[in-house]
This record gives sequence, structure tokens and C-alpha cells, in this order.
Amino acid sequence: MKQFGFSAMTPRVIDYDGDDNRILNYVLRKEPSFTICMSCGCCTASCSASNLISFNVRKLGVLLRRGISDELEKEINKCMLCGKCNLVCPRGINTRNVILSIKKALTKIDENEL
Amino acid sequence: MNKSVVVIGGGIAGMETAACLAEKGVKVTLFEKNEKVGGNVANWHSLFPTIRQSTEIIQHLEKRLKDSSVTVITNTLVSNISKEGSMITVKGGDARLSTDAVVLASGFQIFDSKRKEEFGYGIYDNVITSSDLEAMMKKDQPITTKSGKPINRVAFIHCVGSRDEKVGNHYCSKICCVTGVKQAIVLRSKIPQTEIFCFYIDLRMYGAGFEELYREAQEKHGVQFVRGRLSEAAENIDGTLQIKAEDTLSGRPLKMKIDLMVLLAGMEPSDGTKSLGKNIGLTQRMGAFIKPADEHFSQNKCSMEGMFLSGTCSGPMSINETLSDARSAAQIVEQYLMNK
Repeated sequence: MKQFGFSAMTPRVIDYDGDDNRILNYVLRKEPSFTICMSCGCCTASCSASNLISFNVRKLGVLLRRGISDELEKEINKCMLCGKCNLVCPRGINTRNVILSIKKALTKIDENEL
Repeated sequence: MNKSVVVIGGGIAGMETAACLAEKGVKVTLFEKNEKVGGNVANWHSLFPTIRQSTEIIQHLEKRLKDSSVTVITNTLVSNISKEGSMITVKGGDARLSTDAVVLASGFQIFDSKRKEEFGYGIYDNVITSSDLEAMMKKDQPITTKSGKPINRVAFIHCVGSRDEKVGNHYCSKICCVTGVKQAIVLRSKIPQTEIFCFYIDLRMYGAGFEELYREAQEKHGVQFVRGRLSEAAENIDGTLQIKAEDTLSGRPLKMKIDLMVLLAGMEPSDGTKSLGKNIGLTQRMGAFIKPADEHFSQNKCSMEGMFLSGTCSGPMSINETLSDARSAAQIVEQYLMNK
């Protein structure tokens, strides 16, 4: 039979009710300052990685809040942990620790600890 | 001072201007269309940014009206204002008063959210407005769904009837943002297990203490702010609501199930402001608010001599701004009467 390449598409909609909050809850425990992020984008603007490749630190926070774990896992490894975002955050969020905590949470999920 | 002033509208602006003028010895008559003075503020439970009870403001102003012997005529709608020589004639009910100056303090009314049909106010059970929520809190009612179920997730929708040219209001009502944040905090304090989301376009925390309140909502109450305007709401069979918006910070559409939706309805000129402005032929702005004679130097004067503006009849204002504007109106009127 001729294959036309049709397939079912997975929806791009963020379905908040189907979301997995394990990573978010872990990060909020380890770095509570994350709650006060106002999505200004200073972190992304100062980010060495963002200037060279498709990577967005601010968006990591959004992915985290919405529980989009698969994308978060892909994106998080682009961070070089230089900590420049930490220096520029106007609300003093420890962004570096947010990223480290996400990484830890992902490992814990892999090891069935979360 | 042997001069008289008529104040139209017994909301906080009218009350403040009337009291200030009467304290200076001017004979003041205040017309109020409702049974009681206090206007929109009297329907509110608590106020930003201090969460002070609104009754404190009303009681304070009522006492000043009484102490300064302002003549208050309630249940009377002002039907006509006309100029006769240097005097102005005000007709309200059976009363006909000839006065030296008139202060228009006819204020605002809250946008009728039924006009945003896609949000389902008046159609779905669990869609309420910010003023409905205040009324529930004022009556000390338990905050539940209409059928009495506990509330686990609430969405506050910003800019309902503001920044919306389709409903004829292109302007920002400016106080709804912080009202939403205040209500989120009060609601969380009442029902701590509730998850709260605010859907906003821009958060305009312009006043002293507002930004701090926003931060407190995030930090202490875990209120989440989603940048994106609600596109539509639908009711599920169990009475919960399904809402859709773009999560513009991630660039993807988002859907969510909620138990209660609160519409932060904006400010529109009141029917009185609209009809008086039109009948007298005052210059208008932003729909039918009254345009001040000059944005910087004459905020309390308008296109008619002897007629002055106090409070939200000229545009959206917070309570603090309204009271300051009302005091400034009193000072301008006093100056006018002295030179007359």
C-alpha cells in the first residue's frame, strides 16, 4: 500500500490539568525564591548560551510552571551554569540554584525517588 | 462666605468636596440618586493596598458631612442643569436650586460583564465579577461554587471591559490589576487550599504599595500570573469551567479546568455622568467621561464656566486619587467663588 505520510499529530496545547507538578514542587522546596519571578527576561538577555544557540532561561521557568517536563529535560542541558543570570535578576532569585534543582529533580524522577 | 454650591453625586468624591467646601463656610447641597451616600465604595468589602474595610472610609466621610452641615438630598436624580446669567439652576426631583457653582461628582459604574458573552457571565453558574466577590465577602458568605462545592482552583481575568475596543472601551481602568491581586490575597487567606491564577495582558502596579502587594501574592500566597488574555470559557457538565488562553510567555495555547472565574470588570462613566455630560453639552473623552479643561493645570474645570469636576466622572481613579482630586476640586471652587 502506498504510504502518504499522514499521521496523528500530538496537540501543542498546554493541558494544565494533565500536567506533572513533581519537578515544580521540588524546585519550590529547594529554591522558594522562584515564586517571585515576573518574567522580565533579564536572565535570557545576559545568558551566554542564549546569545549563541536557541536557548531561553526565562522559558525554562515557564516550562517548569506548566509541567512540560520533556521539553524542560531537553533544554536544561544547554545551560553552562555560569550564573550570570543570577547576577542580573532584579528580584534576586537564585536562578542558578533553580536550574540545579531542576536537574536534581529530573535525576530523582529517573531513579523513582520523586 | 455667602455663596452656595450644588454637588451632584454622593460617592466619596462628592462627599469629600462637599465637606471641604462646607468646612470653609460655603452653603453646600449634595444630591444623591440612591437612598444612601457612599456610592460604589459602599458596595466594596476591603481596599487595596492596606486591606482596610471600606466602611471606615464611608463612616469618616459621613461624619464630616454631618459635622460641616452639608444638606444631603437622597433619592433624587438631577434631571437638568442650566445656566441663567452668572447663576446655575439645578433641577432634581421637585427641587429647583439656583446656585453659584456646580460640582459634578457623578462618578463611574462597573462595566456590565454580560457584554463579554464569550466569558459566560450570567450564562455559567460559576462566573462572577470582582464586585460580586466583594459583595460575597461583605456579607461574610462562605466562598464556594454556586452548588456549594469547595473551590480548589480560581482564575482571575484581568481587563474585562478595559483595553477592549470591541466593547467600546479602549482605555485602561488602571485599578483592576491591583484589585485582582488584593482579592487573590484575601481569597487565599479565607480558603488557603485554593490555587489561584491571574490571566493578565500587562500588570499595571502603578501606585505606592501595589508592587509590594503583587510580590506578596506571589511569595506568600503562591498566586500564579499567566500572561495572556482569556479567549473563551465553557462550562463542563459538573459545573466546572474550561478556559482557554495563550500562555504568551511560552508561546503556546493553554487550557485549564477551574471551579470559579472572577472577572475584573473595568470602570465606565456612570449613567448620570453620561447623560448629564451629553445634555449639558460638556466635552467628553474616553467614551463619555468628562474631559477636564486642561490635563495639567485645570483638572477640575470643564468646558462650562461654573461647573467643576470631582472624582471619577473624568476618568478611572483609585480611592486615594479620587479623594485628592475631590480636595483639589474644593480648592478650585473656593477660588472661583471668591473671585465671583
